[in-house]
Order: sequence, then structure tokens, then C-alpha cells
Amino acid sequence: MADWINEQLAFYLSAVMPESAEAPGYVIAALIQAALIIQVPAVGALVFIWMERKVSGRIQDRLGPTRTGGKFGWLQTLADGLKLITKEDLIPGSADAMLFKLAPYLSFAASFAAFLALPFATGWVGQHINVAVFFVAAVLGLEVFGVLLAGWASGSKWSLFGAMREAAQVVSYEVPIGLCIIIPVMVCGTMDLITIGNMQAGLFTNWLIFHDPFTFFTFWIFFTCATASVNRAPFDLAEAESELVAGFHTEYSGLRWSIFFMAEYGSMYIVSALGAILFFGGWNGPIPIFHWIGWAYSGVGETPTLAGWLANLFGCGNLILKSVVGVTVMIWVRWTLPRLRIDQVITTCWKYCVPLSSVMFVGVLLYTATDTWSPNDLFPHRSRASVREGWISQDQARSAGNPEEDEEQAARDEDDLARTSNQPGEEFVLLARSAEERK
Amino acid sequence: MLLFTALNWHTLFFLIFALFACFFAFCVLVTSNIVRMAFYLTLALGATAGLFMLAGAHFVGAMQLMIYVGGTLVLLVFGVMLTAQDSFVRMSTRGGDWVLAVAVGVSLLALLVVAAIYLPQGEFHADAQAKIPADVANQTTSLGLALLSTRPDKLVATNETLAAGMSGYLLPFEIVSVHLLVVLIGAAYLARARRHAPPPS
Repeated sequence: MADWINEQLAFYLSAVMPESAEAPGYVIAALIQAALIIQVPAVGALVFIWMERKVSGRIQDRLGPTRTGGKFGWLQTLADGLKLITKEDLIPGSADAMLFKLAPYLSFAASFAAFLALPFATGWVGQHINVAVFFVAAVLGLEVFGVLLAGWASGSKWSLFGAMREAAQVVSYEVPIGLCIIIPVMVCGTMDLITIGNMQAGLFTNWLIFHDPFTFFTFWIFFTCATASVNRAPFDLAEAESELVAGFHTEYSGLRWSIFFMAEYGSMYIVSALGAILFFGGWNGPIPIFHWIGWAYSGVGETPTLAGWLANLFGCGNLILKSVVGVTVMIWVRWTLPRLRIDQVITTCWKYCVPLSSVMFVGVLLYTATDTWSPNDLFPHRSRASVREGWISQDQARSAGNPEEDEEQAARDEDDLARTSNQPGEEFVLLARSAEERK
Repeated sequence: MLLFTALNWHTLFFLIFALFACFFAFCVLVTSNIVRMAFYLTLALGATAGLFMLAGAHFVGAMQLMIYVGGTLVLLVFGVMLTAQDSFVRMSTRGGDWVLAVAVGVSLLALLVVAAIYLPQGEFHADAQAKIPADVANQTTSLGLALLSTRPDKLVATNETLAAGMSGYLLPFEIVSVHLLVVLIGAAYLARARRHAPPPS
């Protein structure tokens, strides 16, 4: 027993990995990257809240904030934040104090965790996850849990009603949004957001929204459902101020209240960015200037170069621009459309969005299966099938577009095929042989 | 600085996630408030998802988040909200329940501890890593293939009888799908509006 404990201790404490020599460097790098990622929802919320005020002002024929910070009221959100910090942090007597305090953080954590897997350009991602689409969808579904807990723990009927509406709505809308997300995944044959983005490189005709009429229609269903799933008007039933005071956050004040809103604006950005990557080419601009001058990275894990870094920087700008356009549309819709009733919200989901997205799914399936002409074929950047994961690896796909290299590659592929298909057990024989040699 | 150089980061994060999961699982046991239980369970299951992610099984980790945290627990809290009579539901456990729960829990723990001790360590890990090609590791293609037609890890089966059984999981997959469909239809039947024909006037 003592031996076993010693063994375990040795295994857990003294197992020194090669990376541990540079451990402080790793820690600093990780902290910088985490700080960078947390800036996206934080600064994003600052800008979006200011934008919400300005856009709503213009739509209602007002000016919106004009004085704070000199011009255009650009410091308005900061002033709001200062005001919120100075407010008293109220907890109702009938509330479940612990859950009441923790619920906003849970919401924000869920919204923030999705940024972990969201790429900003080729290889610019917090954590490269092979199933990033699935991860983002799963994590976004957790935000509702914070809202539910907030509504329940407040010990108030308004909050409880708001939370119940939110739960019914979000659980329903996860079905059509899942169906819409599956369609680009099916076209690309991968759940890796970076690969999906890279497959749309080239002219804007290569974007998946132009793949066929079905994907074009799918995007609009996706955007509608995304608006509903992040609880924005006309689907903001959970905080309907005309009926429920303020819904799930009736009892909240000060900083905790603002954390809910940081989570909301963070999720708005995420669903917009997800839509941009899945349908609008992600970090690829409408005209592939950086590809033409040969600066852009063509795959993950290439040696970093200054030119490639610049191309990525501009790509990051592209993606942020596209996502901000998405958020702007959400704001515009909020101040244009009246709020739906709860039965209308559920009807929109189950009677329209779910059947429509199912039809789109089957349509895209038939379209790809029959290999019908698509606008994506107009100016092919690289063969779409060549980037499919598992079929041909990334470095082989890199030569696509150059016919001479392609021929060489084809010859090499045939060799590989002949080798692997004739002797299926060869790699194991090699393994055994190398093990013997080591002895 | 000594601490930094002597640490294996993978192990450190494993321990953090494992302690998190165990601590909050224990909290679930201790509390008697159902919604708080659900909250602790969220954290415990989230930490378990972190363990899966740490092991490189991103798909399983995301699945854990989606099904258990995003699906089951949200439904649990939703159910409590819809059915609760008074504001904060408490669950009281009787003596018999405790005996049964302790018996089941301890036997399961014993099983897991024995399994954990006798699992070959070290060389087992290295061997598995060597066999998986780098560009296929961490990918879900083989999972999908196994669900639909063939198991890529069992392409070469020496035993004829075994080889016949290695043809993927299409049948269980279909059975589960049909089962879920039946459940859905049943739920729709139970939840339908029971409208009676209006009395003839």
C-alpha cells in the first residue's frame, strides 16, 4: 500500500513535462490571452450599449447622448457604469441570497466561455477545439440557467414569470438554431470553426450563404432564432417591462444588474460572429487581397510571419466588422418591431422556424448530394473537398490551386493509398519493429 | 519559482477540476433545497466537462455541457418552478433512503477505486498515443463513421465471429432514435389540449 501511495505521489508531483521549464512564460502568455479575450465582451458591451442609445435615439427622431465625453456621448456607457457601481446592492428579504448573488456570474460565465472557442482569424483562437461549433452552441445554452436561477431566487412573482418565459423560449429555440447550425457543418463536413472559415476563402461568391438558395434562406432563419435565443426584442418576453416590471431582473440593482447586460451583449456578439463565420466567410473579406499578394496563412500551424500576422489582423477586423453589423441589425430590429406575445413567440418557433429549417436541411442535403451548380463554383479558391477533415490532411490541401503540385500530390496520394490498402497491418508491423530496435 | 518548475500543468488542472467536481457533488448531498442542488450539480458537471476537455475529448466535454447542464438541469429547475407549491422547495430524506443510498454509493465507490488502481498507467497512455495518427486524433470523424457504418478502430479483426460484430452502431443508434420519437409522440399526446365538442345549441 505504501508503495502504491509513493507511486501515485511520484506520478502526480514529480512528473516533469518539457514545458515546465518555460512554465512562468506559459503563465504570463495565458494571462495575457485571457485578458485579451475578456476585453471582447467587456469593451464590446461598452460600445454596443452606447450604440443602442444612439440607434434608438435616431430611430425615435432624437439625438441620443450628445454631451458625455465631449462629442457623440461616447463616454455614456462609462458614466452609466460609474453610476451602477455607486448604487446599493439590494437583496430582497424573501430571496435565496446565495443563488441571487451568484446567478449573474453564472450567466456571464456562460456567455464568456463561448469566446474561448470562437476564432478571430486563421489560428487566432483562445482554444482550438475540433468541435468548436458544437461547443459554442452548448455553452450558449447555459446562459439561460443563470436567468432561471435569478428569477427563481428573487422570491418575486414578476421575476419567476420572466424566468419561466425565458426557459420556455430558449429551450424551444434551441431546436431550430441547432438545425440551422448543422447545415453549414454538413456542407463543410467539419465542426471546426477555423476550417469552416478557411473553406470560404476567396471572393465573396465562396461564402456559404451563396452556396445555394437553401443556405441563403437558412441564414435568415438562423438570425431570427439567434435573436430569440439571446432574448432580444421582439422576443424579449423575459423582461417585458410593460407586463412584468422588468421580468427576471426586477429585483436586481447596481453592478449585478449590469453583469446580466454584459452577458446579453456578449451573447449578441457571439451569435452574430457565429453567423458571420458559418455563412459570411468569417475573417475572409469580399475580395481576397491578402491571398492575391500571398500574405495570408493558408492553414493552421504555419510558421508565423509578419505578413501572415498582418493578414490575420485585417481578417480579425473583417470578422469584427461583420459581427458588429449583425449586432446593429439586432438593435435596429429591437427599436422597430413591437414585442410579440408569448404564444406568438412559441408559434413562431414550432410552427414556422422548426419546419422551415427542416425543409432547408433536406434541401441542402439534396443540393449537395446531386452536385448541382452553385455560385460557390464561380471562382473556386481551393477545392472544397480537399480541406475536409480526415479525408485529406491540411498540408496536402495547401497545394490545391497549383496544377503542377497537384499532379505530384496525386502521384504521392496514389502511392500512399497503394501502401495502406494492400497491407493493412503494416503500421503495426513497423511499430513492433521499431520497438525491437529500441531494445 | 521552484513551484513553477516542479509542476506538471496538466496534473495541476486535473486536480483542480477533480476537486471542484467532488466538492460540489458533496454539496449536492448536503443541501436539501432542490434548486440549490441543481446549481451545485451544474458546477460539478461543468468541472467534469473540464476534465473531458483536459483529456482532449472535446466532443464528450461539449456533449456533457449540452445534455446534462443545458438540457437536464434546465428542465429540472423548470419543472420545480412549474410544480412548486411554496416558494422554496425542500426535500427531506428518510432513514430508509439514507441506508439505501449509502449502500449503493459505497459499493459504486469501491468498484471505481478498484478499477482506478488496477488500470495500467503510463505505458497504456503512450501506446494509445502512438497508434493514433496526429491528424485524426481529437477528431470526431471516426465517431461518426462508427455510428453509421464501420468502426475505423476495428477494421482489422482477426476473429471471423468478432469481425461480423464490428460493423458499427447503426442498429442501436436507430433503436434509440425510434425510442426518442415514441417518447416525443407520447409527450405530445399527454400535453394536447383536451377540447370537448361544444354542446349543441
